[in-house]
Amino acid sequence: MSSPEVEPAGSSGRRATSAGDARETVLGRIHDALADAPPRVPIPRDYEHALPPGTDIAGLFVERVGDYRATVHRTTTAGLTATIAAALAAQRVTRLAAPAGVPDTWLAGIEVERVGDDPPLSFPALDRLDGVITGCAVAIAETGTIVLDGGPDQGRRALSLLPDLHVCIVMSSQIVGTVPEALARLDSTRPQTWISGPSATSDIELQRVEGVHGPRRLDVIVVE
Amino acid sequence: MTLPADAPHAAGTRHATERLRPSRPDRPEPSFAGTPPFPEAARTALANEQLRANLGRATATIRTKRAAVVAERADWEALRLAGAAIKDEVLRDLPALLEQLERAVGTAGGTVHWARDAAEANGIVASIARANGATEVVKVKSMATQEIELNEALRQEGIDVWETDLAEMIVQLGHDLPSHILVPAIHRNRSEIRDIFIDEMGRVGRPAPEGLTNEPAELAEAARLHLREKFLRARVAVSGANFAVAETGTVVVVESEGNGRMCLTLPEVLITVMGIEKLVPTWRDLEVFMQLLPRSATAERMNPYTSMWTGVTAGDGPQAFHLVLLDNGRTDTLSDTVGRQALRCIRCSACLNVCPVYERTGGQAYGSVYPGPIGAILTPQLRGIARHPVDKQTASLPFASSLCGACFDVCPVRIDIPEVLVHLRGQVVRQSEASHRLPTAEAASMRVAAWTLQTPRRLGLAERAAGLGGRLFGRRGTLRRMPGPGPIAGWFRARDLRAPARESFRAWWRRTDGGRGGD
Ligand code: SF4
Repeated sequence: MSSPEVEPAGSSGRRATSAGDARETVLGRIHDALADAPPRVPIPRDYEHALPPGTDIAGLFVERVGDYRATVHRTTTAGLTATIAAALAAQRVTRLAAPAGVPDTWLAGIEVERVGDDPPLSFPALDRLDGVITGCAVAIAETGTIVLDGGPDQGRRALSLLPDLHVCIVMSSQIVGTVPEALARLDSTRPQTWISGPSATSDIELQRVEGVHGPRRLDVIVVE
Repeated sequence: MTLPADAPHAAGTRHATERLRPSRPDRPEPSFAGTPPFPEAARTALANEQLRANLGRATATIRTKRAAVVAERADWEALRLAGAAIKDEVLRDLPALLEQLERAVGTAGGTVHWARDAAEANGIVASIARANGATEVVKVKSMATQEIELNEALRQEGIDVWETDLAEMIVQLGHDLPSHILVPAIHRNRSEIRDIFIDEMGRVGRPAPEGLTNEPAELAEAARLHLREKFLRARVAVSGANFAVAETGTVVVVESEGNGRMCLTLPEVLITVMGIEKLVPTWRDLEVFMQLLPRSATAERMNPYTSMWTGVTAGDGPQAFHLVLLDNGRTDTLSDTVGRQALRCIRCSACLNVCPVYERTGGQAYGSVYPGPIGAILTPQLRGIARHPVDKQTASLPFASSLCGACFDVCPVRIDIPEVLVHLRGQVVRQSEASHRLPTAEAASMRVAAWTLQTPRRLGLAERAAGLGGRLFGRRGTLRRMPGPGPIAGWFRARDLRAPARESFRAWWRRTDGGRGGD
């Protein structure tokens, strides 16, 4: 397949040529390499797209998030503020980041300083906060995953990354069963963070340690 | 065997290997260049009791966990079939998909660069970093940037590179080489890691805390403290990509620790280096790979963090995004109709964890950033075996296998690794014969080994023909000897490999209709 002017990878002879050449050369090489490409076949998609009817989706989500050693609470709209208050008190949170879209009702009467991100906080300032509270875009029961997409109650990505505690409020209507259902709901143009439990590593003798760089504590509150 | 003058390894730089020996900071980064052929490197590795013990424990642990999370999914085979078919479509439509990706990233405010080889990719990254006045970059673990030896290239430009994945940091601080795709410091135990942190952290930033013990939680905390100051001040980050969606221009990075989120979110400039095969055609296709990858890789239903971004977003994350599309031997691989399936690989490392050869030798013996079964088929192809004879070390890689088929069994994108191994062995033998004009003893023995190892029946025939009787297999079914002279016989004489499964995977597949027909 190789044409004579194509030099082997790693040789230095090609550095002098311009960027446009690189694009044309690579595309040309691919074209040559695919001279005998096999015919197109339909993609078989016989995998599960939804959980079986009748599955307790919120229950499964709670169970699976718990498997990651995140803290999970279940509450009702009426009980939400008290649940948040208890979660914050347990971690002795006094200064809490809250993006603009977090409703005042979530924090009504709770003794914490609500710190907004407008104008944007510096990274060191974010790093000094005790925690952050956000909503989410969608949650996945089967894998115990919450997805943030920068919506008004989630804020920019740094906001939910630097503080050491992340409290995430999940409305039960936001929970879908499976990964395919979640992707169908999500907008690819928005920056996304999929979160399944707190930051973790198994790099040392494969022993799982919660908490490396991301928030070391993740509290998920499911509102029925 | 001929060693062509242009035998490509990674970047153009060559230097004596400084493996496993702490070097001064002004010395070159350790490199896989100079690794001896596999049998020799394997013999050295096998003599290392600590390495074998660590690896044995680690691979057994991941194997068990993976089997459990895969068993949860009754539709696992359907996911694998979809994953393989999507990746085949990517390879077939690669030019159009790359151009579609380029347009989508551009529309979203990113810039796409093309690199024919390692040197070109390194040059692009260095010039972007320089243009932004960076004297250091933070880096998310990435196979592609290891393949092109980016760290060494940037170091030569006076730019410090900080690996931020815990295991990569252990490897970097220890002046060491990675030994596994996913857990690159799998060959180190906790006490070694503590010693490395105490000795090295202070030389490049915040020192290890006083009285650091070898508790993994304390070691992770030391890494958190050490890297935090680097994250907060970094202006340029470099990452790889697990997937890029041609349709939308979205890039995906899958990780566990949050170092990826730090690098992808905090700096002003983000440079992502990605092999041209890392595409998926549509947003929807992520539904297959976001299920296949975490279960195959870290044996989790989902990894802790996945970041997805499309170009740049005002007020959120880096305001400049550069995507470098890397060839570096991938088009050579694509040109081989049998070997091209290696480009489906999503770097999950499941094949490493089930491989009886990898389990005993570890990753460094493969002399490449891609170890284990996938390395044995990918490295020779990236180094151009389809077009010209390769060096001895590269040529030895397709023989680093007993063809037991376990790798195919676990591969989430159904790469028939044994098939490609046998195919590449044939290429090695033919090239050896061609360069010597006449068959050499080495070539003949490799050819015999390639053929006999394909199925247990042939192995049985070879045993009988060689009059070895029961001597070929040890009492516990381990492979003791191969008939014939040459390096392969020598390698099997020295090793204690698990015998090939009585029935090859393909034979089993045919007999049981892919498992549907029972057992
Ligand atoms: S070859 Fe298959 S099993 Fe091995 S790393 Fe690649 S995708 Fe995973």
